[in-house]
Amino acid sequence: MIDDDDRPDPDALLAQVKADEVRETRARLKLFFGAAPGVGKTYAMLTSARALRADDVDVVVGLVETHGRRDTAALLAGLEVLPRRTIDHRGVEVEELDLEAILARRPEVVLVDELAHTNAPGSRHVKRWQDVLELLEAGIDVHSTLNVQHVESLNDVVAQITGVKVRETVPDAVLERADELELIDVPLEELLERLADGKVYLPDQAARATQHFFQRGNLLALRELALRRTAAHVDADVRRYRHAHGIATPWAARERILVGIGPSPGSERLVRAAKRMSQSLDATWVAAYVEPLGAGPLGAADRERLEGHLRLAESLGGEVLRLTGPNVSEALLTYARAHNVTRILAGKPTHSRLRDWLRGSMLVDLIRGSGAIDVHVISPLDETTPRAPPAEAPAEARASPAAYAWASGAIALVTATCLVVHPRVALADITMLYLIAIMIASLAGRGPSILAASLAVAAFDFCFVPPRFTFAVSDAKYILTFAVMFGAGLVVSAFTVRLRREEQGARRRERDTAALLAFTRDIGTANGTEDVAAATVRHLEDVLGVAAAALVPDGDGGLTSAAGLMPLAPQELTVARWSFDHAQLAGHGTDTLPGARILALPLVVDEAAVGVVVVQTRGGARLDRDHRHVLDAFVRQAALAIGRARLAEEARDAALRVRAEELRNALLSAVSHDLRTPLAVVTGAATRLRDGAATMTAATRAELLDTVVDEAQRLERVLANLLSITRVETGLRPAREWVPVDELVGATLTRLEGALGERPVAVRVPAELAVPVDPVLFEQALLNLIENAIKHGTPPIEISARAAGEHVELEVADHGAGLPEGSEAKVFDKFFRASKAPGVGLGLAVVRGIVEAHGGTISAENRAGGGACFRIVLPAAAEPPAVPAPGPE
Amino acid sequence: MHTPADTVLVVEDDAQLRRYLRATLDGHGFRVVEAGTLAEGEARAIQESPALILLDLGLPDGDGIDLVRKLRTWTPTPVIVLSARGREDDKVAALDAGADDYLTKPFGDGELLARIRVALRHARSAGGGGGEPVLVLGPIRIDEAAHTVTVDGAEVRLTPIEFRLLAMLGRHAGRVLTHRHLLKEIWGPNAVEHTHYLRVHMASLRRKVERDAARPQWLLTEPGVGYRLREPA
Repeated sequence: MIDDDDRPDPDALLAQVKADEVRETRARLKLFFGAAPGVGKTYAMLTSARALRADDVDVVVGLVETHGRRDTAALLAGLEVLPRRTIDHRGVEVEELDLEAILARRPEVVLVDELAHTNAPGSRHVKRWQDVLELLEAGIDVHSTLNVQHVESLNDVVAQITGVKVRETVPDAVLERADELELIDVPLEELLERLADGKVYLPDQAARATQHFFQRGNLLALRELALRRTAAHVDADVRRYRHAHGIATPWAARERILVGIGPSPGSERLVRAAKRMSQSLDATWVAAYVEPLGAGPLGAADRERLEGHLRLAESLGGEVLRLTGPNVSEALLTYARAHNVTRILAGKPTHSRLRDWLRGSMLVDLIRGSGAIDVHVISPLDETTPRAPPAEAPAEARASPAAYAWASGAIALVTATCLVVHPRVALADITMLYLIAIMIASLAGRGPSILAASLAVAAFDFCFVPPRFTFAVSDAKYILTFAVMFGAGLVVSAFTVRLRREEQGARRRERDTAALLAFTRDIGTANGTEDVAAATVRHLEDVLGVAAAALVPDGDGGLTSAAGLMPLAPQELTVARWSFDHAQLAGHGTDTLPGARILALPLVVDEAAVGVVVVQTRGGARLDRDHRHVLDAFVRQAALAIGRARLAEEARDAALRVRAEELRNALLSAVSHDLRTPLAVVTGAATRLRDGAATMTAATRAELLDTVVDEAQRLERVLANLLSITRVETGLRPAREWVPVDELVGATLTRLEGALGERPVAVRVPAELAVPVDPVLFEQALLNLIENAIKHGTPPIEISARAAGEHVELEVADHGAGLPEGSEAKVFDKFFRASKAPGVGLGLAVVRGIVEAHGGTISAENRAGGGACFRIVLPAAAEPPAVPAPGPE
Repeated sequence: MHTPADTVLVVEDDAQLRRYLRATLDGHGFRVVEAGTLAEGEARAIQESPALILLDLGLPDGDGIDLVRKLRTWTPTPVIVLSARGREDDKVAALDAGADDYLTKPFGDGELLARIRVALRHARSAGGGGGEPVLVLGPIRIDEAAHTVTVDGAEVRLTPIEFRLLAMLGRHAGRVLTHRHLLKEIWGPNAVEHTHYLRVHMASLRRKVERDAARPQWLLTEPGVGYRLREPA
């Protein structure tokens, strides 16, 4: 696990090369980074922009807040300032960055102030940093400003230092994305002076906290944080550089951190701690939520919180996992061992020792089982975090009124029975009967159990415990009996509830798994994106009870519905469009266009979207995590299926390309040999005729002339076949007509008159037999077959045809030596030549191509009596159209 | 067949093919005028009033079919188009636009001269007005007035459609007639797509007229284009 080798491993180098390639081509993000408002970030950004402008760089101001500072405003002069977008938010006009305008303007560099800003509702993205990422993705360099307290992973540290919880945060991933992080630093005294002079703009929220925030000690601490963060960034740059240049450096062992989180509020701190640790160790990290087997579903508030923690981990660059196991420690350790985790972070327990004693301590188990893995225990609470509210009782299936009635009835029955038999039965036995009744009632759940126990205690006390028919108890030993009755009820009901939860959980998981399995099976047989999309929509609607639709590109740059009947409003299409373009989630419940009613999930294959699945819950309800989980799984499966289909397609394409390559090579050799040979003969004979005519006998002359004509005709045939094979290979579309077979054969024989000479040809074709073929193509096929028989066979050539059910069989046979042993199938291959006879070996390949284009088959065999026989079988299921009887003239 | 002064206009962009055509036609007493483009061809057709035009379909400044259409607006001068094998659609389009016949490249001397001869003869007889009442084509004798056909002296019973088909091909002996043309003349303008009718009747006609319908000597099929009745040598 620990890499002792101090050289970079090849995978790391490869990743480095890829990262460098991306870095060189992608748009650059430059951040002006400060410890506090007022240090002069905007000023520095504008100054640098002016310098760029002077160098003829196309730099524009997307949005800069001057906050009425004159020196800052002066810097804007001479820079192109794009207009802002006005959004009407509850009657107040709010100005926001006009993302579309910048994308349309396409400057080289755009200035966007205050990266951590939260956009007004109705904007495309919730956060400005998302706007910036979109600009970067569009290839536009962005310069922006950021204060240290807005950095997500430092958020709680800042809160600890200053006591002010900053709500607007920027994910660390955005900071890491920055190609340049310029620290804007002023001496503390100067900042305090500026503050005192009122030169520092403070938003209302900050103003309230000013007293606290701008204390000398706080500012010092913030400044140190900013410096350290910048140093970390520079450090990363330096490391990259050193790796890139192979400078020997102790190669840090690859660390991997696993943090176990849950719904309790302290998990947030655990997540941030994991992020910080991962940064200092240059490690990857994973946040895992363990769902213990048998645990009941989480309450709504817990689930919200857990989702929030998972999202936070995601936004901080962590990998997010859901694990299932018999218990938390076991699940975490199993994962950790399987994935070379070096450190596990867990929260300090906040519950009482009693619980550990009763249920066993997760932490102790974790530490005992951790082996070589370091376990860090983090206090989940600090002064600024409110004490966790008591974990909400899990929503339990309520026992029905009937269960309560049954419980009461059972006790009543026992009471009645015992009243009858009382004198003859000992009190101890009556207790037993009540216990049995309580246990049976307890099977219905905790409520009926408590009711039954209470009723039993009351009835027992009233009816049987002396003094009878009062609630008074004469002997203290009966108190123990009552306690046992209650205890038995509670224990049985607790077990019942637990069993039921386990069963429900198992059933839910089984249902999800079954749904996913059914879906996977369905898309396994799907063919292409549209099939997969249709299956996805169908299953989502069935399993989740949502309305769904799938959109795919329509070829004109738009999206078109591939499946699903859900109508989409224009703004919903925009959501889908954005999701498709950016291969990210958008719409309902996400950070992008959260106002939409729909949720758009891109089908991502190789980092690009190939389609979007759009879902909408009934009545606009938010999808809970379980459903999201299923939804994500479905969409991931669908994308995988599409990816697989594409791979298969690519493999086919590659195979086709290989074939095309082979064909090209074979064509080249054919052209160089088979075309040059006749050309050489023609040229030789023709020049001889021109230069030596005077001394030539008439016979020589005639012979030379024949040679010229023969070779020219041979050239023509080779060319015709080369052209035909090209057409066959590139996909023939036969223009079918019903053609009488005797016409086809007749036309072919007419064209071959010269080649046939005196060779006898026997034709046996039924008079009325017709086939649906392209007459021109098919004549070419017949011509090649007959030519082949002339060249390789011995006359007579026999041509016959017959109807055979829904097929027509056509045979061309000769009486020669037949085909070489084992070459029956190969004769139709391109460039296969059975003998040394001149030719390119394309004639029969052309025949097969044409026959197959007609949906027919061709085969070759040697006849019993000697000679080869070629058989074409053509489909001719339909009847030729009726010909109107010739009317009277 | 032709008068020695007959002028043949060759519209062909390939200089070698023009050279061959000039040599061949010169040798047979034609006067040859050459053009390398459509525009030049049209100008020469007007200036020289050729007796016949040999027209290549693929020319650098456009499609030869356009020239056929233009020529047909003012002159019945026979046009023989030159085209490569595999371009049957082009040939049919040219024929339907008014060209008289076609030659598939590469072609030999004999074929070239035969086509020119047929085209010139038909042009003249059309000018002379009125066909012969009795057509004799090798063994086939068609008496249009008596509505009888004999082959080698023996009478052959034809259906009315077969008779009209044979008579039509006979009147244009040596020339290709497109499917469309035959269908229009015999069945009427609504039947031009029903090539199948034509094929069935043609097959039947062949069986009655030819000695061996599978190796026809007279009623020849031009695959993808139409039919031609062979001109007796």
